Amino acid sequence: MAMTRKQKRLVLIASAGAVLAVATGLILFALSDKIVFFYTPSDIVTQSISPGSRVRIGGLVENGSVIRDASMNVIFRVTDTEKVLTVHYKGLLPDLFREGQGVVAEGVYQGNADMLADTVLAKHDENYMPKDVADALKKKGVWQGGKGQ
Amino acid sequence: MSVELGHFALILAFATALMQTILPMWGALTRDPALAGMARYSAFVTFGLVLLAYLALTMAYVGSDFSVANVVMNSHSTKPLMYKISGVWSNHEGSMLLWVLILVLFAALVALRGGGMPERLLASVLSVQGGIACAFLLFILLTSNPFLRVTDVPFEGQGLNPILEDPGLAIHPPMLYLGYVGFSVAFSFAVGALVHGRIDAVWARFVRPWTLLAWVFLTLGIAMGSYWAYYELGWGGWWFWDPVENASLMPWLMGTALLHSTIVMEKRDALKVWTILLSILTFSLSLLGTFLVRSGVITSVHSFASDPARGVFILGILTLFIGGGLALFAWRAPSLKQGGLFAPVSREGALVVNNLFLATSAVAVLVGTLYPLALETINGSKISVGAPYFNLTAIPLFVCLLILVPFGQSLAWKRGDLVGVSQRLLTAFGIAILSILVTFALTIGGPIVAPLGVGLGVWLIMGSATEVISRCYRRGLSWKVIFERAIGLPRSAWGSALAHAGIGLTVIGIAATAWGVESLAVVTKKEPLNVGPYTVSLEQAFKRKGEGFREEVAQFSVTEGTGARGLIETSKRVHTGREMPTTEAGIVTYGFGQLYASVNEILPDGRVSIRFYWKPLVTLIWGGAIFMALGGALSLSDRRVRIALSAKTKRAPLLNVEAKA
Repeated sequence: MAMTRKQKRLVLIASAGAVLAVATGLILFALSDKIVFFYTPSDIVTQSISPGSRVRIGGLVENGSVIRDASMNVIFRVTDTEKVLTVHYKGLLPDLFREGQGVVAEGVYQGNADMLADTVLAKHDENYMPKDVADALKKKGVWQGGKGQ
Repeated sequence: MSVELGHFALILAFATALMQTILPMWGALTRDPALAGMARYSAFVTFGLVLLAYLALTMAYVGSDFSVANVVMNSHSTKPLMYKISGVWSNHEGSMLLWVLILVLFAALVALRGGGMPERLLASVLSVQGGIACAFLLFILLTSNPFLRVTDVPFEGQGLNPILEDPGLAIHPPMLYLGYVGFSVAFSFAVGALVHGRIDAVWARFVRPWTLLAWVFLTLGIAMGSYWAYYELGWGGWWFWDPVENASLMPWLMGTALLHSTIVMEKRDALKVWTILLSILTFSLSLLGTFLVRSGVITSVHSFASDPARGVFILGILTLFIGGGLALFAWRAPSLKQGGLFAPVSREGALVVNNLFLATSAVAVLVGTLYPLALETINGSKISVGAPYFNLTAIPLFVCLLILVPFGQSLAWKRGDLVGVSQRLLTAFGIAILSILVTFALTIGGPIVAPLGVGLGVWLIMGSATEVISRCYRRGLSWKVIFERAIGLPRSAWGSALAHAGIGLTVIGIAATAWGVESLAVVTKKEPLNVGPYTVSLEQAFKRKGEGFREEVAQFSVTEGTGARGLIETSKRVHTGREMPTTEAGIVTYGFGQLYASVNEILPDGRVSIRFYWKPLVTLIWGGAIFMALGGALSLSDRRVRIALSAKTKRAPLLNVEAKA
């Protein structure tokens, strides 16, 4: 069965259209459902985030707030110097996680300025401030950027 | 002195690159052979000058010349020689210089091997290469000069960021850049073809080896970067869907599509306009990758160098070349002679499907990478698009494509016989199903995706095997004849089979990560810990001094059942100079799997807080990538593929359609 030129072109366009349609659908669905919003502790408190939603927060680890127990549970508070959020985490903290340093945590918001994190990031460089944190802190006028923090 | 010479050579290189951009194009357009002939010589001279500049910087590093700001910031007199040399590209300025060096190297190679090319095409290709070089040389000279001196010369440098001090990372950037930048050749060819309004199978024959070469390096570069992140960052992850990783994955996906479409163009003189577009898009994604990494617009685990001021400049370059390329395409492509259409069920039809899926998945990755940037610009919301997004969009596209791959490999050109192909693949399909059932039975209660993934990998490997076997095995032939036929197969056939089987291996390795085991614990010497099939027990924790660092080491012994399997060490290291702590993961390979230890903290009372992983078959992920690259290299060594690289070839014959047996 030889196809005409028109039929061949039609098959080509139809299959391309089908793949693109499915891909677009997937992308749109994933963008509406699988993205995580970034907040500062102040945002969390003022924007009434609903408990159970996935969030990414950034700020400074509050001095003297880190409590570790024997089974690798860690509780620490993240601050943007105005509001404070408590983070519960189990696992290894990154090498550059320190009190007073910038940190990003991702996990599930529990309500009452409290989150259960599954990922905690502090970045590679000792001078590095996660960009989101830096922006948030600059907005608050706490940190002006540059080296040595 | 030599530093100033280097700086001067770089400025001169800008001048010769400018010459290389304007004169040959002028010559090509006005059919002036003398001007067009300038292309080759200026390409050589530009390369020589950039090489000189690069060597001058390297000499400053090797000689620890701390009057150069770049050396002060990124080197230390006690560093081993290898890290002094690799220190050159560990930072923004030096790595941009390496980028340009590779760019002009490719231009010089095209000039060297392009003797058989039509003179006008060669002239315009080299002119476009010169244009790209001009833009980036100007970028280096104006915003990222590595040759700046300091007024107060310090006694000692600040050292290299310790996590960059690693053999894997020393070779990773050059590999990656050879890939990224290699695609510039395809871009230049596309622009050349658009300028002249001529495009045919011969064009594809010239482009294909360069694309293949770039692809091989990019594949190795990505694999190396992934393995580096796996062992150096101490998280045990090998791919994070991080923007910087995506920046290298996108050109790879598009480049893979390009690789396949040039084959269609070469063999069947079809898909011409599409191939031109792919050439432009692939290099555009390379440029975008450079922009994303170098401008600091994205938050990334890999952000080492970021300066928004430079971002604007690269954005300008990006707009110029991507916008210019696409505008030229929109203007000239309609005037190109269209290629023929073909039957949907055929090798070329299958390659269209390949292109469709690869290009679409590249777009899905692109959207996920740029969406946070776009959203922040539009309404200020900050979001992160992570693994869940990519797992839902790119992965289904990959899986659909990979299921179809063996069919495509087996289909004949022009008109394929789907029923015949299915019959031929029946054994491969049976073995794949069997492997799903067997792995499922062996791991009852485990994750269901893992056996399915293994089945997919086996399907790809068996598909490639079927393709090779069907080309040399005939019933009634003696083994000797079959063996001779196998030897006699074109190397590109072996290369293709090897590369596709390599994807199968990688898929198996990825699927097996679902069987991975993680154990987190605080242990004493008396408490053994179970990690998958192994038991680890703390032997000792001690302090140690090494070259350029001091560390606290936790040493564990590994046993399997009753048999001892050796020691594994992991440490917290503090590097002198920067006083920066890193975790050195301990990795031991058993079979294809790896036991991975990462110490969290050695407590004062001698207890050790530790994380262990057992990662079965994990080495296949990178092993598969090496097979892919080997497959590419094997194809490249095929005389028929390499023909465009040979200076001896006169104008190649138009078509050499190879009918499949």
